[in-house]
Amino acid sequence: MTPRLTLSQLTKRYGEVHALTDVSLDVAPGERVALLGHNGAGKSTLMKIVLGLIGFDAGTVSVEGAAPGSAAARRMTAYLPENAAFHAALTGRELVRHYLRLRGQPASQAGELLDRVGLAHAADRRIGTYSKGMRQRVGLAQALIGQPALMVLDEPTSGLDPVSRREFYALIDDLAHAGASVLLSSHALTEVEARTDRLVILSRGRIVAAGSMADLRARAGLPLSVTVTPAPESAAVLRAALPADAIWQDGRGHLHIPVAEKMGFLARIAALGPQVSDIEIAPPSLEDIYTHFSQTPGATTPAERAEQAEAA
Amino acid sequence: MNRILTIAGTEFRIARRNRWITVSAVLMMIFALVLTAAGSAPSGALAADRLSVVVASLTSLAVYVVPLIALLLSFDAIAGEVERGTLSLLLTYPVSRAEALAGKLLAHIAVLTLALLAGYGLAALVALVGDRSAIAGLPALWRLGWSSVLLGITFLGAGYALSSLAGRPSGAAGLAIALWVGAVVLYDLALLAAVVADDGGALTRQGLPVALLANPADAFRLFNLSASQATAAASGLGAAAKTVPALATLGSLAIWPVLAFALAWLGFRRVQP
Repeated sequence: MTPRLTLSQLTKRYGEVHALTDVSLDVAPGERVALLGHNGAGKSTLMKIVLGLIGFDAGTVSVEGAAPGSAAARRMTAYLPENAAFHAALTGRELVRHYLRLRGQPASQAGELLDRVGLAHAADRRIGTYSKGMRQRVGLAQALIGQPALMVLDEPTSGLDPVSRREFYALIDDLAHAGASVLLSSHALTEVEARTDRLVILSRGRIVAAGSMADLRARAGLPLSVTVTPAPESAAVLRAALPADAIWQDGRGHLHIPVAEKMGFLARIAALGPQVSDIEIAPPSLEDIYTHFSQTPGATTPAERAEQAEAA
Repeated sequence: MNRILTIAGTEFRIARRNRWITVSAVLMMIFALVLTAAGSAPSGALAADRLSVVVASLTSLAVYVVPLIALLLSFDAIAGEVERGTLSLLLTYPVSRAEALAGKLLAHIAVLTLALLAGYGLAALVALVGDRSAIAGLPALWRLGWSSVLLGITFLGAGYALSSLAGRPSGAAGLAIALWVGAVVLYDLALLAAVVADDGGALTRQGLPVALLANPADAFRLFNLSASQATAAASGLGAAAKTVPALATLGSLAIWPVLAFALAWLGFRRVQP
């Protein structure tokens, strides 16, 4: 399948600042890709380039063969800006009708769109009276107009409560199943983990890692976190049985073991039988993986590290 | 065209909700009433009809108020959207920057025209009730009306240009105030000072007409005052007004709105959301 969005060796500088360096990325139809990175890592810059809002210095960008920002690309693309403050004096319905007309769609669809994002009850109230989550939903409603082929969503779930987030990702799932490509950025790593096909980690304008959660987990090679709770009176036995680098706290042993040693370790613990009351094994969290990749040496140049050391 | 009208409709609705229309209309009506009341005193001596006298007073007032209303309507147009983060969204829609600007301009012209209708309409009404012969002044009022709209468009365009340049609403407001003070107040003072210092020299004879035509506010004043000869004395630069042909003032009034919109478009094109 030909990719819907292609970025190839994209480079963008603001004066001396390298906002994006050599970024290559494809997004297939129906694929959901999450962009992760610190503030200033280049996520918003990348999105604005894809939307044609700002230019770039080198590389190529194409939205189904069209140049970003061209009339053809604009017709295919929907955008949800980060923290857009829509005009407080308008009602949700008026705003969505406005955007429908700008896309040449019948304004009568406004009710249906607001219903899809769960705002039907507040459609005729002014946006000034909306909560942050409701404003975010109005923004999402306009991004749904005209079944866009490519959706670019900048921090779409910021300000949403957990239930709304789940509803939001359900909506994104539907859209992706219908063939829409979704490029979103987020700070809420745990939700992105479950709900996207691919993660792309940006650090200082470079892609430092990209792939599915399982890929990234394997590539990071981070250890598992294990917590062992001894049965009453068996603490001493367990202390002896566990590796010496285990940390004991509140009567429980905490340790990290490489993924490759997982089964051997479990077998040893299981052999202790009733002397173990409980065992918890947690794979490295997305936070851990994210931190691992965004701090990988090479993401920072030696000069920058020296600078940081000086500043500290 | 549909997209321009859509943007215009939404902007007009926002102006209505934010009471911009009410405030500017009430402002114009209050000034009109005050001037009609005050303007009735000298009418007998000049033997002009009452409305013509009122139009002369309204002209000197409109020079200040019309640019003020136009700048108030326009300073936030671009910078406000940049700050709210909605400009980037608008520019991802199939809407060109010229269309977005034209839509805003259309809405703001409508707001300004409503305010002018309210103010000038009230002035005409009061003058006609007091004096049946005031009907003779209606052509002058009509001329004042459409030339006020042209003056307003000029300052709307200038306001958009400043709004694009400033990037932030607070900065745009500062620039708008500076433009208003500069174009409407200081410009004339500087010209007066130059005329006095020059004492009828070459500067006054050749430079002054050009300087007056270069400023849309002065062109507006001259156009309306030279049309009603009876009240030319009302202007501080009345004598100089006679040296500028009426057609030239009309030309300046007609060209400035186009220039201002071009400036606004050039400024807006440079804005990176």
